Amino acid sequence: MEITLKADGAEHRLAVDPRTTLLDALREGLGIYGPKKGCDHGQCGACTILLDGKRVISCLALAVAHDGAEIITAEGLASGGELHPMQRSFIEHDAFQCGYCTPGQIVSAVGMLDEVDAGWPSHVTRDVGAGEVSLTDEEVRERMSGNLCRCGAYANIVPAIREAAEGGRLR
Amino acid sequence: MKPFRYDRAGDISGAVSTLAREPTGVFLAGGTNLVDLMKLGVMEPDVLVDVRRLTSLGIEDLPDGGLRIGAAVTNSELAADRRIRSRYPVLSQALLSGASGQLRNLATTGGNMLQRTRCAYFYDTTTPCNKREPRTGCSALEGCNKDHAILGASRHCVATHPSDMAVALTALDAVVRVQGPAGGRAIPISELYRLPGQEPERDTTLQHAELITAVDLPPMAFSSSSRYRKVRERASYAFALVSVAAALRVQDGVVRDARIALGGVAHMPWRAHKAEDAVRGGPAVEESFRAAARAELAEAVPLSDNAYKVPLAVNVITRTLLDLSEAQ
Repeated sequence: MEITLKADGAEHRLAVDPRTTLLDALREGLGIYGPKKGCDHGQCGACTILLDGKRVISCLALAVAHDGAEIITAEGLASGGELHPMQRSFIEHDAFQCGYCTPGQIVSAVGMLDEVDAGWPSHVTRDVGAGEVSLTDEEVRERMSGNLCRCGAYANIVPAIREAAEGGRLR
Repeated sequence: MKPFRYDRAGDISGAVSTLAREPTGVFLAGGTNLVDLMKLGVMEPDVLVDVRRLTSLGIEDLPDGGLRIGAAVTNSELAADRRIRSRYPVLSQALLSGASGQLRNLATTGGNMLQRTRCAYFYDTTTPCNKREPRTGCSALEGCNKDHAILGASRHCVATHPSDMAVALTALDAVVRVQGPAGGRAIPISELYRLPGQEPERDTTLQHAELITAVDLPPMAFSSSSRYRKVRERASYAFALVSVAAALRVQDGVVRDARIALGGVAHMPWRAHKAEDAVRGGPAVEESFRAAARAELAEAVPLSDNAYKVPLAVNVITRTLLDLSEAQ
């Protein structure tokens, strides 16, 4: 089947088998290797992308069901050779070891901060009725629990995300 | 994955009539459970009828003071809705305790309700499973059954229903609106889900090609005094061992009304009518809540590895009711 995907700013037409996931369409069809195939079962978060502005896992989404979608991957976060503040913060905080989960972590963190800005509560938010969310370490850990890091770089991932969220004010 | 035909209907009635002609077809919404099951060969539909863009993405106020949730509303959007958070906090909390942010952004209201059990034998196509393949036997009965049912199970199946959202909807007496080949109908959630009996392959009472289009939350005077408590093996991103959704109205130290539903203990979200009856009219104190919880669990039949769920459920019910009464 023929579909159109706008990925990292460029529009592509591609032919896909109905079984193709967005993850495989990006990697095998378009050569965009930022989203990683970790578990391929929606359990690790390594394949996280922004789909029409929302962070999602791409390994359980069928490409044919998202014809016309706008996708941003870790590669598309940088613009004009400038790294995204979240990417810079991960480097400054040494928030990775092997790096395999990193593109998913970074994209997920970017999408997660938009959710916080929209006032979305989380499982650890004391009062779901409250309008605003304060981004504590506990909130970051809960909201990022869908991104696993086998190296255990969480101790640096949490401050990297908080610093990016606070525009460098943590330093 | 077995090849299938992908079909995107133009509207709800088109989707229903397309699927009605395809006995081995299924509806596709967010796909977060279905696509995984297809990758594993647990489900092998010949046709997928995509309904994600057909049902409503909105949450409407109803004239009676309730809310109507469109079936395509994502779990994230539903959990974040201001009306849900203030009037039905138990639903918001249940949703936020399930899956991950990335999954909740894809998963829909209708799809969440129809997700399949996470019984490991259901997922393992090399082992017998009556739910996956009727009349092959239940591997969990004599196998590893620490996650399995303690209430309402049969010798054919001891699987549990995995949804957190559906437990909250059960406590809230939600009504599920469906459209099928024979027209539309409204199903009280207590009649949507079923116990396994001799047909564990059927999770619900829906007929083939019946599509969930919306879920109605009726008005409830004390639904703002509600909460969800979930116990799992890690702090986040895991299915419930035991969970409870409860709403409580206390006046002058006396329980005027209560709604209690349990997750992780049965083939369906388990409405705890016995516990509700036991607390209603009694003092809002720990001993009374604990006695009510024990009354509900009196008929529990634990398996070899899950007897821990009985005291756990008693404790979780007791604690949740105490929290709710202390907040009033």
